[in-house]
Amino acid sequence: MKKALLALFLVILVAVPFFLKPYGLYLISLWVVMTIAAIGLNLTLGYAGQISLAQGSFVGIGAYTAAILTTHGWPLWSAFLLAIAISLVIGWVLGYPALRVQHHYLAFVTLSFATLVYLVMRNEEWLTKGVYGISGIPRPELFGWSTRGAVEFYFFCLGVLALVSAATWWLVRSPWGRAFTALRENSIRANSLGVDTRRYTLMAFAIGSALGGISGVLYAPLLQFIEPNAFALGLSLSLLLMVMVGGSGYFMGPFLGAAVSVLLPEWTRFTGNLYLIYYALGVMALMAFCPTGLLGLGERVFKR
Amino acid sequence: MNSVLQVRDVAKSFGGIHAVNGVSFDVREGEILGLIGPNGSGKSTLFNCILGQLTPTAGEVRIDGKPITGKRPCELNRLGVGRTFQLLQVFPQLTVRENLVLAGQEHQGSMWSRLIGRRDAGQGAAADRMIEFFRLSKLAEEKAGALSYGQQKLLDVAMAFMAGPRLVLLDEPAGGVNPTMLSGLRERLREINAKDHATFVVIEHNMEFVMSLCTRILVLAEGRIIAEGTPEQVRGNPAVIEAYLGG
Amino acid sequence: MVPAFFVLAAMRFGGASFEVALLIGLVVALLVLGLLFKKIVVDPMLRHGVLPLVISTLGFSLLFKEGVKEFYAAEAQSFPSPWATTNLSIGGAAISAQSLVIIAVAVTAVGLLQYFLGATHTGRQMQATAQNPVLARVLGIPVERMILFTFLINAALVTLASILVSPIYLAKFTNGDTLGLAAFVAAIVGGFNQVRGAIVGGLLLGIIDNFVAAYWSAQYRAAIPLFLLIVVILWRPQGLLGRAEERTV
Repeated sequence: MKKALLALFLVILVAVPFFLKPYGLYLISLWVVMTIAAIGLNLTLGYAGQISLAQGSFVGIGAYTAAILTTHGWPLWSAFLLAIAISLVIGWVLGYPALRVQHHYLAFVTLSFATLVYLVMRNEEWLTKGVYGISGIPRPELFGWSTRGAVEFYFFCLGVLALVSAATWWLVRSPWGRAFTALRENSIRANSLGVDTRRYTLMAFAIGSALGGISGVLYAPLLQFIEPNAFALGLSLSLLLMVMVGGSGYFMGPFLGAAVSVLLPEWTRFTGNLYLIYYALGVMALMAFCPTGLLGLGERVFKR
Repeated sequence: MNSVLQVRDVAKSFGGIHAVNGVSFDVREGEILGLIGPNGSGKSTLFNCILGQLTPTAGEVRIDGKPITGKRPCELNRLGVGRTFQLLQVFPQLTVRENLVLAGQEHQGSMWSRLIGRRDAGQGAAADRMIEFFRLSKLAEEKAGALSYGQQKLLDVAMAFMAGPRLVLLDEPAGGVNPTMLSGLRERLREINAKDHATFVVIEHNMEFVMSLCTRILVLAEGRIIAEGTPEQVRGNPAVIEAYLGG
Repeated sequence: MVPAFFVLAAMRFGGASFEVALLIGLVVALLVLGLLFKKIVVDPMLRHGVLPLVISTLGFSLLFKEGVKEFYAAEAQSFPSPWATTNLSIGGAAISAQSLVIIAVAVTAVGLLQYFLGATHTGRQMQATAQNPVLARVLGIPVERMILFTFLINAALVTLASILVSPIYLAKFTNGDTLGLAAFVAAIVGGFNQVRGAIVGGLLLGIIDNFVAAYWSAQYRAAIPLFLLIVVILWRPQGLLGRAEERTV
């Protein structure tokens, strides 16, 4: 049953772009990009139990890395490498507070970090052009195949998502995944069993942040214009929402959560300007009835 | 005879409260040492000081002569020390088998070998053996959270043994376990002790369990050792009786 | 943010005078931000843990932001000041009467709250509930009511803050973001479990913020409170005046 659903899902992913207008193509490409960032946060929060309100900043770091490099003629793959390296390092450093504090205190530290990154993006005009943003971000060319068209770029993003998903699946099923779960469920017991909770915590942050960076590297050429406000606290909160609504700790959670966050407001536009209000009410209701998110709800329903 | 664990003048204070007040003892290889005492005598605190969950305010702990005072618990695990906790602590979202694999996966290989290597980090066979040994075969693929309390306790103990430790500290392993399972647990512990020469230190309130399992007993009261000897010696010791009955 | 709009709505749609509107605003705030918030958002979420509660409150905040934006106005609204807006000259520096009043009100509020919690019967019951709800219940303290009081007091304080701040910053639906963050930082820096900590935190933050803006870098003024927050959380999580909370294994 699950395999059939997955197959159907893949078919839809590959077929749907041919039926969509430019705005629709932009939306599903945005969904792909956000899913990658949400997968990263799901790893840090859902699997390893570490709360981070800074994932949006890493998307920003990735996006600015890509924007700055590609507008100076560097190829996108160099942006990927640099963004991943920077995000890994900064993410690792961001993990250190998690060794001292947890839960809401950790949330505040990461929140502060996110706001600081935003301030740097806004103020350091020599690098980021500040509030004016960076425009004219080119789309990459792979061995002669240009991704400038919306459909082509969508498939490029989809390819990256496939790679990220495969890598994350491998990670989660490996002993590391087991250690992350142990870290989340009971870090004291995990420690007494030999799990180096310190290292795994830092790793969880580093890897999750790196995925955020990868997402950013795709975000920049998708919109072809970026400015600091896109990566302020709001994005981190949105990503948190995506992970929780989809189902924290479920592998497919980020896919579902990103779909709800990116696509649902568009579908409910027909309700007029109140669509965000309905969305907010929906989120509150979901958390009250099923805090394990939509996938948790689905699991509960199917168990009957 | 080798002393596996040496505890010297360990003390732990929380503000004005001296939970552990200068405790010294040796644990000899292969013995099953019982640690008993009335509530609040400092037994669990002593364990936590030995095993790295707490850092002692004074004193020293050595394993095989090497100082380990204040080392992190995960490092101790790699030196061959295991423990269980007073409050049952298994991983409810993982299956029984996964719990055991987790318990064994970190004490060999490196972080990188765990990332690239086999999914069960080579612990599959050992986990299966442990499941067999503790008679948990029917529950191997169940989520640990779904087991009964007694079964989770068995799993808890099994996890402490996965890394093939030389020294295991058990904090109230009999707590809340029904009598039939209790004798089973005692048999398993005796078997591991005989087979693998594992050394145990056991905190317990269940007198019958302690007396029938342990080869030597230490009695702790108000943070100090007040008596030591074989089960018979301790049972008849007037100081011990008084410590328990108050006064 | 919201109480100011309750007051404005009472004046615009209810035709009430400013004073009456203030009262109406307070009552509505107590009902909606106190009672309703507790019953509908917090109570169902408590047993699920912190994170679902955070998401739920995010939803709640989004709801009200959009609500104010759609049903009242998206532009900033002027808000009448309950007192004179003259400037006084003290020692050569120009200080607005408004600022002095705000300081006085804040100190009074904290003082009253401190007195209430420490010296009155109900206040001590609330403290007992906070320290050990199970025992409090056994002792006959109406725990549910105590928790409700916490939310009501919070709603009242928030209303007070809203009325004090809106004349200066104007009432706008985005106000809550910056003010809410500032409140959190002040509370944590000052000390989460100490009432006086809030004043210390708030004052410290306000002073640092303005000095940094004036003498160092206006662009990075928001960074200093954040640095302070990170430093405090990592090195003294209980805040400057708070008491450390022990954790048992």
